[in-house]
Amino acid sequence: MITQVTVIVTAVKLLFMPLYRSTDFEVHRNWLAITHNKSIDQWYFESTSEWTLDYPPFFAWLECALSHVAKYFDPEMLKIENLYYASEVTVIFQRLSVIVLDLFYIYGVKQCSDLLDNGKLLVFILLVANPGLLMVDHIHFQYNGFLYGLMLISISHMIKGNVIQTALWFAILLNFKHIYLYIAPVYVVFLLRAYCFTVSSKDGVHTPWYSFSFTNLTKLGTTVIAVFALSFGPFIHQLPQLFSRLFPFKRGLSHAYWAPNFWALYNFADKVLLFLLKKIGFKASSNVASMTGGLVQEFEHSVLPTVRPSVTFLFTLMSMLPALIKLWHLGADRRYRNMSFIRCLTVCASCAFMFGWHVHEKAILMALIPLSFLSVLGEDDGKCYLILSTAGHYSLFPLLYPKNLGAIKLFLLLTHCAMGFVNVPRLYDDPKTKKPRRRGFMILPMLNWYESLYLYGFLLLFIYDILHSSLGFDKRFPFLPLMITSLYCSVGVIYSWLTYYYYFLTFNVSRVPTLLTARTLRYHRKGK
Amino acid sequence: MTKRADPDKFTVTKEALLPGLFFALVIRWCVAAYPYSGYKKPPMFGDYEAQRHWQEITVHTPVVNWYRNTTHNDLKYWGLDYPPLTAYHSFLMGLVADWLDPESVRLFASRGYENDSHKIFMRWTVFLSDIYFYVTAVLCLCIDVERIKRKDDRNVFKRVDIATILFLLYPGIILIDHGHFQYNCISLGLFLWATFFIVAIENDILATVFFVLALNYKQMELYHALPFFFYLLRKCLIGLPNRSRVLHALVRFIQLAIAVVFCFILVWCPFITSWNNMLPVIQRLFPFNRGVFEDKVSNFWCTVNVFIKLKNVYSNEEMVKMCFLSTLMASLPSCLDLFFRINRKKFVLSLINVSLAFFLFSFQVHEKTILLAAIPVLVYFPDDPFMCFWFGLVSTFSMLPLLVKDQLLIPFIATSLVYTAFYSICLKLAQPNAWFMTFLNANNVYKSVHPNVIYNSVFLKLLSTAFFLSLQGMFWLLLGVLFVKPPDKYPDLFPLLISMFSCIHFLFFFVYFMHKQLALPTVLPIKVKPKKNN
Repeated sequence: MITQVTVIVTAVKLLFMPLYRSTDFEVHRNWLAITHNKSIDQWYFESTSEWTLDYPPFFAWLECALSHVAKYFDPEMLKIENLYYASEVTVIFQRLSVIVLDLFYIYGVKQCSDLLDNGKLLVFILLVANPGLLMVDHIHFQYNGFLYGLMLISISHMIKGNVIQTALWFAILLNFKHIYLYIAPVYVVFLLRAYCFTVSSKDGVHTPWYSFSFTNLTKLGTTVIAVFALSFGPFIHQLPQLFSRLFPFKRGLSHAYWAPNFWALYNFADKVLLFLLKKIGFKASSNVASMTGGLVQEFEHSVLPTVRPSVTFLFTLMSMLPALIKLWHLGADRRYRNMSFIRCLTVCASCAFMFGWHVHEKAILMALIPLSFLSVLGEDDGKCYLILSTAGHYSLFPLLYPKNLGAIKLFLLLTHCAMGFVNVPRLYDDPKTKKPRRRGFMILPMLNWYESLYLYGFLLLFIYDILHSSLGFDKRFPFLPLMITSLYCSVGVIYSWLTYYYYFLTFNVSRVPTLLTARTLRYHRKGK
Repeated sequence: MTKRADPDKFTVTKEALLPGLFFALVIRWCVAAYPYSGYKKPPMFGDYEAQRHWQEITVHTPVVNWYRNTTHNDLKYWGLDYPPLTAYHSFLMGLVADWLDPESVRLFASRGYENDSHKIFMRWTVFLSDIYFYVTAVLCLCIDVERIKRKDDRNVFKRVDIATILFLLYPGIILIDHGHFQYNCISLGLFLWATFFIVAIENDILATVFFVLALNYKQMELYHALPFFFYLLRKCLIGLPNRSRVLHALVRFIQLAIAVVFCFILVWCPFITSWNNMLPVIQRLFPFNRGVFEDKVSNFWCTVNVFIKLKNVYSNEEMVKMCFLSTLMASLPSCLDLFFRINRKKFVLSLINVSLAFFLFSFQVHEKTILLAAIPVLVYFPDDPFMCFWFGLVSTFSMLPLLVKDQLLIPFIATSLVYTAFYSICLKLAQPNAWFMTFLNANNVYKSVHPNVIYNSVFLKLLSTAFFLSLQGMFWLLLGVLFVKPPDKYPDLFPLLISMFSCIHFLFFFVYFMHKQLALPTVLPIKVKPKKNN
């Protein structure tokens, strides 16, 4: 079945080829040109185009490798000064490169889904046909699928107990795209607890400090440092320049379209307060335009205190801390700690999404992809997945703003939701009667009435989004659909983040995940 | 006829139904994002412009002038040449278009009107018609397939979800309606409804009404008229009570006749006020002054034309006569068989045979007309998946030259891949040890569908080989179209090769399905459940 699904998904990706593409297409074309023509020491200095190279070195190498294939397609695209060059062959080449690199992702998904017994095919389909990746990679244009493939490979090694390979793949991933630094703390905590302490316990409270193994720490350290040395070694003399490219803090707290996180609510509160104060008669200094003008730049909040990057980092770390401490304790139990690791990965990725500085809406995928894997492993995971996947994927809609994509993205999401809502609840049918649980009229399976109502709201939101421009509101409130989408999604994302966080914190080993598979357990015994 | 359990009580499998339905709709929209026929090709543009022009004409001129050459209505420029229902449909859409964007239907000024939002509007009209007429009909037909399935029948193609999705993923109609731009989904949807009322509900009057509506949407539905006629006529004559047989038969016949006449009057009422109004419509509908075929069609005459230039040998009138006679000859056996040995399975087969006969031998055939044969084949799919799937692929492939002209090459490849892969999934569901290419093996396919029937294995081997060669042929011809420049002497080399290639297939399919129909016994055998030996 896996071949067939792969063929179908690839065919759909082929269909997307001539559709709208964002400026990211030009970004990657420019990187192809830079890495092809310039010597290594110029890669991070070159700035003919405004889209300078700002990914870590491995990604630059990848572009370099791709450029050597590209020259057989159309050498014109490899000229740095050919800005916004997009001949037909260039488009085909770039699109095909994403599709081919996606094979890594499919491999990673297969590695993970093979570890399951129940819902193996479901997880494969949910991940491979993830509408978020289809939209972001194959329409909007990026290489996320490839990167998530590396992440899934790393996770699958973790479950199999190959700790060194886990660390290796994650280090490689970090050197492809540094956004994954947000989930690095989970890896650090878990590898320390589960690998560097050789004695495990079942009570999960007591840490056996005496069993700390310097050998294991050295093995881990060597692997990671070797990867980083390989990556950054050639650029040793220009590290400051490289880091200034990798971590630009010139951008604002939120994107022009607010990612549905905590700051979206914060911005909205600021707007409302400003409006109210104006009503009362205060003269507040207003630079509203900067928030809605669609430009990526810094802006000041009018009423509430303006947020600085350091504050967001503090928030992110603080919100992750409880989960990390919990993971330290859960990591003691050899049997279930891998599940806890993936859960913590989800929690921390969503923490980063909640409070991070200049978060892109695409970052929600970092939480959604591990959560898709978990959705078949426990009822609460499944429930959280159903809500978050709907809200999170819907929040990606504004990325694809051209009108002719409206129906495609709608039905893509509906297909995915139907897949999830039909198949995930069936895994948690009443074990005695083997029949679906009774539920009220129009109530979605596994959810209660207000969660169902919230999800139905997305249909209204979509209709409003279509009508907005045809009703003529777009002149007066051009930002309204974006703002409403962002706020509405953020409610769902925050809700599922909180419930999932609560679930993770109150999780104890006596509440064994219902569907933890025999095969996963077997790997543990072997790992010993 | 087939034995049924309690007809009011049945359960259907619907695990994959919803995701599959939505997926089929995604595919439709993906294809819709591609250019339509005549995209940015002045001065005549293509079918898209024709449809838009009809909206313009119907909105701005009085009904009686729709089919007439007047100062406002230049019939040379995409004059209306479909029956009145199409005109009404255009009128309805024209009103909406006039409300949304008056420029798009402005008389004369809007010729060649193309922009993105108008394209979206037009695509939505096709999409909604598709859902309203075609998808619903398919769903009902497929529910019926599972309803009359026997308990012990493990045929996976008779599951509602599988059957529906396979039906809806058929690339031909997606590419023509949502890519090339036409409203075949409406006439074929109405036709499917008519078939549904015959096959499942056995309500002959409703079937007649729906078929007349389909006929009044596109006169091309005449391809299906003969089986309907013979089936319904025969239905009037069977199962009569012992007393006053003639009277009963007459009453039934008159009921149907009234339904037909009433429908026709309703549809044609603006035109039947005088003969002067009728005549131009009829002239527009049956243009015998056009050639025997347009472009390259994979029918019999076009293939013969390669060897003998028909135009030089016969005059147009002679051609019309020849076409008429040969079509009649080819379709009569099937019709007579249906009439004398009536049965519902034969009805579907007869639809296939007669429409194929029309496609192969009749006058003025378009390459898109193969859809009229393909849809009944899809109805027959659960009974004979191997051949029907093959037919589906070949019929889509036969339209390749048209699709290439419309820049629909990628959608053609992608939708065919999706269709094949989904078919392969179905086989995998039936046979857990199947792999991707199992569909090549006719024996395996039939084994998984009818495990108890014993087939002639030599014949199946031959079939498998032929299918494999046919796939090879399609693959290499596709590569040829893509990468080989035809010699200057024969610019039409590949379209011609493709149409000949497909024509041979269609002749073979014609013989095959004809044999199937004739070999089918009048009353389907009812399998007696073997008692279990304890």
